[in-house]
Amino acid sequence: MKITINGNSQLIQANNLEDLLLELKYQGKLATALNENFIPLNERKKATLKDGDRVEIVAPMEGG
Amino acid sequence: MVMFYGTELESRLMLGTSQYPSPAILEHAFKVSNASVATVSLRREGREGAGQPFWDIIQQLGVKVLPNTAGCHSVKEAVTTAHMAREVFDTPWIKLEVIGNTDTLQPDIFGLVEASRLLTDEGFNVFPYCTEDLVAADKLLGAGCEVLMPWGAPIGSGMGLNNEYGLRALRSRFPDVPMVIDAGIGLPSHASRAMELGFDAVLLNTAVAKAGDPVKMANAMSQAVTAGLLSSQAEPIEPRDMATPSTPVIGQAFLS
Repeated sequence: MKITINGNSQLIQANNLEDLLLELKYQGKLATALNENFIPLNERKKATLKDGDRVEIVAPMEGG
Repeated sequence: MVMFYGTELESRLMLGTSQYPSPAILEHAFKVSNASVATVSLRREGREGAGQPFWDIIQQLGVKVLPNTAGCHSVKEAVTTAHMAREVFDTPWIKLEVIGNTDTLQPDIFGLVEASRLLTDEGFNVFPYCTEDLVAADKLLGAGCEVLMPWGAPIGSGMGLNNEYGLRALRSRFPDVPMVIDAGIGLPSHASRAMELGFDAVLLNTAVAKAGDPVKMANAMSQAVTAGLLSSQAEPIEPRDMATPSTPVIGQAFLS
């Protein structure tokens, strides 16, 4: 299916958020949102993906 | 003793982690500054994992982390970012920014109060980036904030304390609320002045990170904050219009 990840359209195999992170080989300190809603770490497996979904994956960064 | 949500800070300087020439200079500046708090953010992560090395550096600093919601223009955005930050940084502390104007980056006070209420209800320790407005401050305290972070001047402007009268009024209206001057500091004298006015801490970033010598400036800011704090505790003299001799007049030789 085709979803948008951090603003970029992408074809993926995974059908939930946890599997998506594994498929894309994300590691470390991360937080996720699906269609602008925060998805906690322990709910990523339950967060099923469908065509057209928007996923945000964020990590620690510099800040003022 | 000033407590920030139950935490006493050894140093009253809070330092941002953005815009340094290199990670090594960031690290060095932090060590020299003796800052007790580092502000951080969340940004989109690429597959290369750029955020992880940054996080390693921050952890090594051994300071408290204060995540921000920088760049958020709506309550929903700010609240969602706060949720993400709490999970990533494992802290209830959040520097809450709800930006209302893109030129001045001044806070949207109405959104800020609403977001503060939502987050404090969920157990967050909110550090709201606000103005010196007394009514807004009162509403933020009513929304559950136990700390206020009024601006000195627009973020990154380096103008110092734009409205000293307003800040003085805010300080005296809420004498027991821990307050941090956040944003607009450009010089050590600005930081020192904020502390002289009785504010409890200073948060700055650009003034150090974009200085020609960030490490030297970090040192200067550290000393300025300490000097201002000591001054406010030392009960300084009141200024007066007329001179008063400091050397004793009695006993002066008659030589004319």
